[in-house]
Amino acid sequence: MENHAHELAPEFHAERRNLRAFGMWLFLGSEVMFFTGFFGAYIVARSAAYDAVAMPLDKALGALNTLVLITSSLTMALAVVFSKRGDRKNTGTWLALTFLLACVFLVVKSIEYGSHFAHHVYPSSDIFHGFYYLLTGFHGLHVIGGMIALAILWKRNRRGDFDEHYNDPIEITGLYWHFVDLVWIFLFRLFTCFKHQGDLCHLKRNTNTAGALTSSSSTP
Amino acid sequence: MAITRVADYIHPEPQDFFHKNVWSYDHKVIGKQYLWTSLLFLILGGSLAMLLRWQIAYPGSTVPLIGNLLKNSFFFGPNGEVSPTGYLQLGTMHGLIMVFFVIIPLIVGAFGNFLIPLHIGARDVAFPLLNALSYWLYLPSGLMMFAAFFVNKGPAAAGWTSYPPLSDMAGASSGGLGMNLVLGALFLSGFSSIVGGMNFLVTIVKLRAPGLYWSRLPLVTWAQFITAVFQTLATPMLAAAGSMLLFDRVFHTSFFIPVGAFVGSELSGRAGGGFPVLFQHIFWFYAHPAVYILILPTMGLASDIIATFSRKPIFGYKAMVISMASIMVLGFIVWGHHMFVSGMNPRMGMAFMISTVFIALPSGVKVFNWLGTLWQGNIRLKAPMLYAVSFVAMFIIGGLSGIFMASTPVDVYIHDTYYIIAHFHYVVFGATLFAVFGGLTFWFPKIFGRMMNETLGKIHWALTFLFFNLAFFPMHFLGEAGHMRRLATSTGYEFLNAMSPWNEFITLSAFALGVSQVIFMYNFIYSVFFGPKAPANPWDGSTLEWTIPNPVPAHNFDEIPTVYRGPYEYSSPECGPDTDFIPMSQKPAEGYVPPAGH
Repeated sequence: MENHAHELAPEFHAERRNLRAFGMWLFLGSEVMFFTGFFGAYIVARSAAYDAVAMPLDKALGALNTLVLITSSLTMALAVVFSKRGDRKNTGTWLALTFLLACVFLVVKSIEYGSHFAHHVYPSSDIFHGFYYLLTGFHGLHVIGGMIALAILWKRNRRGDFDEHYNDPIEITGLYWHFVDLVWIFLFRLFTCFKHQGDLCHLKRNTNTAGALTSSSSTP
Repeated sequence: MAITRVADYIHPEPQDFFHKNVWSYDHKVIGKQYLWTSLLFLILGGSLAMLLRWQIAYPGSTVPLIGNLLKNSFFFGPNGEVSPTGYLQLGTMHGLIMVFFVIIPLIVGAFGNFLIPLHIGARDVAFPLLNALSYWLYLPSGLMMFAAFFVNKGPAAAGWTSYPPLSDMAGASSGGLGMNLVLGALFLSGFSSIVGGMNFLVTIVKLRAPGLYWSRLPLVTWAQFITAVFQTLATPMLAAAGSMLLFDRVFHTSFFIPVGAFVGSELSGRAGGGFPVLFQHIFWFYAHPAVYILILPTMGLASDIIATFSRKPIFGYKAMVISMASIMVLGFIVWGHHMFVSGMNPRMGMAFMISTVFIALPSGVKVFNWLGTLWQGNIRLKAPMLYAVSFVAMFIIGGLSGIFMASTPVDVYIHDTYYIIAHFHYVVFGATLFAVFGGLTFWFPKIFGRMMNETLGKIHWALTFLFFNLAFFPMHFLGEAGHMRRLATSTGYEFLNAMSPWNEFITLSAFALGVSQVIFMYNFIYSVFFGPKAPANPWDGSTLEWTIPNPVPAHNFDEIPTVYRGPYEYSSPECGPDTDFIPMSQKPAEGYVPPAGH
């Protein structure tokens, strides 16, 4: 459809950008509900058995990933700014950097997964890790989806599809990317940064993972 | 000249067969694709119901015609009878197919797609590519559903609600791969539904023609708007519940499995720590709004038809809109009424009972407004009108039995009996499908450019109305007498034996109901190809779609219309002496002063 671009006035692009941004906000609304289902279930499980559903994760790796994703939100925002100025070269650079940071995120994540697997901690090990793999897994899929979009945008930008009037795909991908970032911050907060009730959970995981709930419900 | 407004943009018209009919961005073609696919699934889902009814009336006897051919395959046992597992699979698949692959795609996908842009004076929906995508997600999800019939151990058998732990454990009757395929299909079709709902919301908010204020929107479009809110915000919850169930089944997590859970004699072997009731909360948080997705759009269809054939403006337009909006708000906070006997805290049951009973208010407002529209109207009893009026009648019965079940003490007794089957089918068959028949007959001239046969329509209406009531009304009695649902053979319970004549009567009525649908199928398919050519406005309607010539051009409107009045200005003084309708887009005559309040 974009081969008709020369017939379309700037007002047309402005209105269509508005339309597409609205659509993306609605889509993000449904995404919020999707993750709410998981978070809600997690909160229910946590409130029923606090210790069993709170296992220690590597805080350093989690913090590093948080930093990486927040930085990628910045680079994405810069890409949007430059695309609105019609600066194709800088747009491409910042898009590529965002993509790279997403790669870093996935690499760190897979190191984390790898260390879990090395200790034979799988989704089936206990309910906490069930939620952990469920939520980080779906979040990771969203990151990969965003990376595909970023790669397509980078290619289209290089081909010269965008100018200062028509750049809404970059803008709405930016909205999506910030959402993915935001979900991670919730994940980091809920899975990695919480106060343990003593070191009981360490002991439990080393001795008896399968019976985590039963043993924890008997200790206050 | 450069185009300055999105609404003015004319999408390039496809030339070859593939882009015209298969991968088309045109909302009318996509609507037709939804229509044909969901009607095929309707035949499939209906046939499953026939097999179910056979087993209930004649438990253990060979199914006529096909039983001997399909011994020991699909749902059949060694003598060509419906096997107990087969019975559960039939019930499960009947429910899932009818809800997710017939009714929702039919009333939202087909009617929504076809009518929304025409009703708001737009050339297409806001995102035509996403619209095509939503159909091409729905079709593969339907095929996945269909594939579940052919895998080892057969399709899902845990009931359409798929409650764990039954749906969760590989050793349970819910089979193996079949259940996973069904969950995957629901995930995909849910995604299609979200994309579609979002598209409709943007379209209705942003692309209305000049002068088409919210207060002038036809009720069909209002209903689709409110449904789209449900679709966008509630369907993700189904995806969440389904994903967790799939994780449980595939990765052996235990979100819904408590410690030391047994099914039959089998120990789950899972870590445990999960909650079966949690699934019900997440599932019904979606599935209760979903039952409003099943009824709201047809309320819109019926409103349009009733106003048009009563030759009167709809009675209480604002009350109609407000009641639909309140159904939406209340619809999000009533899900717990499905769980009165699930082990939920009784105090929560009380809260859910109160919020549920409140829904009777907006529903009652709607019923009285339909009656008010009929009152002293110049009623034309054409086939679409007969269907629409039956919609109201059946909705009253289905709605009233709903109030009984909303009340916790009564529900504890009738929960999981035939009472719920009767209630649900009065709403979803009696109300929704009657409105769908009405809507199809009413908009057929615009969809296919031809007329359906009026006499055949009336015969089909009469037979369907009769046999529907004969089949489903007695189920209330069975339910009150304690006849359980999802019971493969009733012969094992002495107190049920007295009810077997009723069961046989219901089955015979259901068969007659099924056979009556052949009339509609014949009328529909014959008229698509050989029906008489339809005029642009066969029913003297005043909404925008009737101003377009037949067949509707690919870009709908040569010029985007301007709207000057509400959608149902029938018999208003403005119409003049010769007609009793005036199109929304007709310019008011020089010097005409609209009456106060308009």
